Amino acid sequence: MTTTTERPPTPIAAPKASGEPRFHRKRPRVFSVGLPLALYLLFTLVPFYWMIVFAFRPADSTSMLPWPITFDHFDTVWNTLGFSFFFKNSLIVAALSLVLTTFVALATGYALARFKFRAKIPLVMALLCSQFVPGAMLLIPLFQVFREIGLVDNLFGLIVADTVFQLPLAAMLMAGFISQIPVELEEAARVDGCSRMRAFRIIMLPLLRPGLIAVGSFAFIGSWNNFLFGLMFISSQDKFTLPVGLSYTIGSYNVDFGVLAAGGLIAAVPVVAVFAIIQKYLVQGLSAGAVKG
Amino acid sequence: MVTTTPPRSGGKQAPDAAASGRTRRRRRRSAPYILIAPVVILLAVFIFYPVGSVFYYSLQYYNPTTPWDNGFAGLDNFRLMFADDMFWNSLVVTAKWVGVQVVFQLILGLGLALLVNEVFRGRGLARALVFSPWAVSGVLTTGIWLLIYNPSTGLFKLLGEIGIGDGTAAPIADPDTAFWATSVAELWRGVPFFAILILAELQSAPKDLYEAANVDGANRWQRFRFVTLPHLKAVIILSTLLRGVWEFNNVDLLYTLTAGGPADVTTTLPLYVSQLATTAQDFGYGSALTTVAFVILLFCSILYLRLSKFNSDKA
Repeated sequence: MTTTTERPPTPIAAPKASGEPRFHRKRPRVFSVGLPLALYLLFTLVPFYWMIVFAFRPADSTSMLPWPITFDHFDTVWNTLGFSFFFKNSLIVAALSLVLTTFVALATGYALARFKFRAKIPLVMALLCSQFVPGAMLLIPLFQVFREIGLVDNLFGLIVADTVFQLPLAAMLMAGFISQIPVELEEAARVDGCSRMRAFRIIMLPLLRPGLIAVGSFAFIGSWNNFLFGLMFISSQDKFTLPVGLSYTIGSYNVDFGVLAAGGLIAAVPVVAVFAIIQKYLVQGLSAGAVKG
Repeated sequence: MVTTTPPRSGGKQAPDAAASGRTRRRRRRSAPYILIAPVVILLAVFIFYPVGSVFYYSLQYYNPTTPWDNGFAGLDNFRLMFADDMFWNSLVVTAKWVGVQVVFQLILGLGLALLVNEVFRGRGLARALVFSPWAVSGVLTTGIWLLIYNPSTGLFKLLGEIGIGDGTAAPIADPDTAFWATSVAELWRGVPFFAILILAELQSAPKDLYEAANVDGANRWQRFRFVTLPHLKAVIILSTLLRGVWEFNNVDLLYTLTAGGPADVTTTLPLYVSQLATTAQDFGYGSALTTVAFVILLFCSILYLRLSKFNSDKA
């Protein structure tokens, strides 16, 4: 995991004025930081470990170590239960809704942060209100809309649905990120003869990187994990996404726990890996003050 | 199109400049609308139109399995709710679910953020690990916690073998424990959300205030109470609100882990509505319930924002 680069220690953490607090700090930190953190790590990691044990040990074993190691469960899940299809579908849906969400959020955020126009306040209100719309309860009318435009049982329908429900938050986050960047930078470039588009591309985009990473990763993870839309809008098995496939594994009589764990691991590894890599940028990006809007 | 010919008097350059200035202004005025067009279209078609049709159906009898009864219902669907024990039960469960999740996620998330904001070796790795459940889906959370709660192979069996408990507990099948067992699973996944947002805010905390507090001899608790907490106030209000709405609407985990059972102790309002939609197919009544849920959410959110602002005026 590539998260080892530390920020320089903050002034609070490095007491300097009096040498005395340093002395006191050293020991209690085991109790004030080390112990609670260890306990929380236990709570976080035991469930993951449990899944790993079940995924790798033979079906009849009760050992608490994944030993003797076997890949039979993965073979079953990937080749027999169709998780290879589910994985591919999830990847397509998550990647495309990442692209779509980021583009639309970028356009909306730019308009909100950089222009004055009459529809601005109604738009912000609409974005806020749509945060309160219970997506789970809109399934029936949504299904009807998707049927009208022929996007039922179609991966593109899932991409659209995922994008729409992530968009309000993504757009407002993006507006926050963009308004953090001084407008003078852009104006300077335009005085030097850049078009608005070009000024945006060469000045804004590089500065927006943390924001783009934050919004993009929210979109990717959100749509990789989305379950209800997949459950409602997709009927043919070769178009299932991972959460839907997994839910059928869970729902079957006589759940095979080894198979369930192996399927879960396949679903978990990509997002957890992506997240471990980006979480540092995510925190930095959000820390830029975008949360305050 | 407005192309009034400007007066000829001002030489060759002037009319061109005036005209292009005008098109530029017009383009500038239309630019924001071009930029927001995609979001407006998407929201209109996929959120506001469905919401409108929910409002419409809430006033109709609408059940595809009994088409002869379909038609205008007035407020009948809403009247039906008063006598519907499942509705009241689901409302109580929802309030409990949202309350428990938001309060515990906030407290644990705040604690976790403060912990991983300290400077120590391996902090990057610790952060990546404790935040990781955030990336896990509700269905996968179900899968993982099913393995843990399973009475024949799970954690309680193991604990029983080393002498803790009797090793027969089946937490999600027992009506007394199902709610809390489900809550723990959701907490596992939900705490990192708060931890991430609060950590981000902690990193922009004003360092000079901490120094001033140190000079004034403030202890650890006082620094937290009078410097950190006020700084975090905005993000705490915003994240609890977002999370409250999200937990209200969240059905993935409940749907797959308990399906509302046992004895409906985990049936929240959205879960009840989705059951009505899929099994009973009573779309009219389901729409009325959705309308009520929407109104409750909006009302509670506005109330929450008002109350939290009210406090800030006092403080």
